[in-house]
Amino acid sequence: MNATAESYVTEDGRTIGAPVMEMKNITLKFGGVTAISNISFDIREGEIRAIIGPNGAGKSSMLNVINGFYHPQEGEIWFRGEKRKPMKPYQIAQQGIARTFQNIALFKGMSTLDNIMTGRFTHMKTNMFWQAVWKGPAEREENLNRDIVEHVIDFLEIQAIRKTPVGRLPYGLQKRVELGRALAAQPKLLLLDEPMAGMNVEEKEDMSRFILDVNDEFGTTIALIEHDMGVVMDISDRVVVLDYGKKIGDGTPDEVRNNQDVIDAYLGVAHD
Amino acid sequence: MFYRESGDFKTTYAKDTQTFPIKLDRVGYYIILAVAFIAIPLLLITDTGGGASYWTNAIFLPFLIWAIAAIGLNILVGYCGQLSLGSGGFMAVGAYASYKLMTSFPDLNILFVVILSGAITAGVGILFGLPSLRIKGFYLAVATLAAQFFLVWLFNKVPWFYNYSASGQISAPTRSFFGFEVTGATASAEAKYLFCLVLLFCVAWVARNLTRGRIGRSWMAIRDMDIAAEIIGVAPLKTKLSAFGVSSFFIGIAGSLFFTVYLGAVEVGEAFGIQKSFLLLFMIIIGGLGSIFGSIIGAAFMVLMPVLLKIILVDQLNWATDIAAHFQFVIVGALIIIFLILEPHGLAQLWRLLKEKLRLWPFPH
Repeated sequence: MNATAESYVTEDGRTIGAPVMEMKNITLKFGGVTAISNISFDIREGEIRAIIGPNGAGKSSMLNVINGFYHPQEGEIWFRGEKRKPMKPYQIAQQGIARTFQNIALFKGMSTLDNIMTGRFTHMKTNMFWQAVWKGPAEREENLNRDIVEHVIDFLEIQAIRKTPVGRLPYGLQKRVELGRALAAQPKLLLLDEPMAGMNVEEKEDMSRFILDVNDEFGTTIALIEHDMGVVMDISDRVVVLDYGKKIGDGTPDEVRNNQDVIDAYLGVAHD
Repeated sequence: MFYRESGDFKTTYAKDTQTFPIKLDRVGYYIILAVAFIAIPLLLITDTGGGASYWTNAIFLPFLIWAIAAIGLNILVGYCGQLSLGSGGFMAVGAYASYKLMTSFPDLNILFVVILSGAITAGVGILFGLPSLRIKGFYLAVATLAAQFFLVWLFNKVPWFYNYSASGQISAPTRSFFGFEVTGATASAEAKYLFCLVLLFCVAWVARNLTRGRIGRSWMAIRDMDIAAEIIGVAPLKTKLSAFGVSSFFIGIAGSLFFTVYLGAVEVGEAFGIQKSFLLLFMIIIGGLGSIFGSIIGAAFMVLMPVLLKIILVDQLNWATDIAAHFQFVIVGALIIIFLILEPHGLAQLWRLLKEKLRLWPFPH
C-alpha cells in the first residue's frame, strides 16, 4: 500500500481516491487551553478513516472543527480541492458533510421515518407557497425523497419501526436511525462520533457491518472516532492517533499498532 | 371493529402520508365538514328567533376565530418550540391593520383586507422573532411579552392608528363578500359564520400541509434538537423566522376577524390584553402542542367551558350571576391544572391513545 500515490486499490478491491478533505496545521484553543495543536491529516475519497486517542485527546474537537462548530485559530481546511472559508455548520452540511453524535441527537418528537426524511433537508427545495398548496411540486418532491429514504430504511433493516416515535426505541436502534438520518443526506463525507459507544458485542457487529456496507455499496467516505480498538483496527483503512491535542501516529492499522508513541500513549510509559 | 388499518394496504407514498389514513377517520372528517358547512348554516338561516345570533356570537364565532389563532400559535410554540406570550399583541396588529386598510381603501374586498392584515402581522412577528436566534425558552417568552405590552401601548398612544377618533376605539364599517354582508351591525349570523369557517378551513389546511413536509420537519428539528438540526443543513435563524412569520400570519388573520366580524368595535387594551395571550397559550397546551387537531379542540374547550359552566351554574343551579362568574375562573383554572397533571400532552394525545386502543379493540394488545 502506498500512501503517497493519488489513488490505489485496497486488498479487498476498493479504490481509494485522492484526498477529499485535508486538514493543514490546525490549531484550536479555548482560552489558554490548546485542544488541538498543529495537526495535519487528510481523508481520502472512499476510505474509512479512524481517529483514535485517549480521552481528551481532541478527537471530538477535531470533528467539531470539520463540522464548523469550532473555528480553528490557525490552519487551513481543504475540502474537495478548495480551501474552505469559515462557515456555519448548516452551510457545511449543504456542502455534503453529514455526521452522527456521540450522545444520540435524534429528534425525539418525530417518528423514525420523519427523522430520516429530515436528513433529506438539503436536497429538498420547494418553497413555502408550494408547501402550503402541497398538491403538485411539494408532494412530488416529498415522494421522490421518500423513495430514497425507504432505500436507507431497507438498507439498515429498520422497516418495522418506520412509524415509531424514536423516543420509544432502544439505544442500539436509535443509533441506527441516527446513522440512517446521516445516510439519507447522501453525504460526500460521513463523520461518525463513537458509533459503537455503549453497545454490546452483537450490536457492535451489526454497526460495523453497516459501516462497511455503506462504504462498499455507496462508496461513502467515512471518518470515525471509536474507542474499541478491535473494531477500529478491523474496519479502517488508515488511522490517525491523537494524544493531548497532538498527532502521534498516522498510517495503516498495522503501522499504528507498532508505533512506539502510540503504544506509550495507550499503555503509559515509565518515566525514569 | 371497523377502525382498522389491517387489510387496507397503501400502495403509494402519497396514500401512506395522507392526513386520515384510516377509512373511518375519512368518513368522520367528511361528516364533520358536511355538518359545519351545510347543516349548521341551514339551522342558522331557519332560526328566526334570537337563537341564531346567540349561538353565533357566544359559541361559533369565538370558537372559529380562536381556533385560527390557536393553530397560529401552535406552529410557533408546538412545532418550532419557540415560546411566545405576544399573541395578544399580534392579534391587535391584525385588527388595527384591517381597520386602517378598511378606512383607507373602502373598495378593498374584505377577504383581501383579512389576508393583508395577516401579512402585515407576519412582518411584525418576524421583527419580534429576531431575538430568538440568541435567546431561548423562558427568556424568549419575556422578550415576546415585551412585544405584547409595546404593541398595545403603541395602538393606545399613536392616534393615527385609530384615525384620531375621540374615544380611542376602532369600529369596523360594513363590508360584504360575494354580496353578503360579513361585517358591521347588519351582517347576518350565517354569513359571519361561513366567512370565518372558510378561513379556518383554509388555515387548517395550509397549516397541515406546511407541517407535514420539508418546512414542518425543519421546525420540529429545531424544536427537538437544534444542534442536530443545524448539522443536517437547517439554518436556525431562517427556520425560526419562518415559524414566526407563518404563526403571526395566522394570528393576524384571527385578530382581524376578531375585530371586523366578531366584535365590530374594539378598545385595544381590553380586547387584546395580556390575558388573551395566556388564553391562547392555555388553548394549545390543553389541546395538545404540535397538533393542528389539538389547536382546534383546545379552542373549543376554552370557548365552550365558560358557556357550559354558566348554563350549569346560573340556569340550572340558580346561582347569582356574579358569583357564578367568579367561580368560573376557579373552576376553569382547577380544570386546567388537573388536566395538565393527568395528561400533559393535551386532548390530542387522549384522542391518539383512544385511536390506538380502537385499532386493537376488542383485544388489549
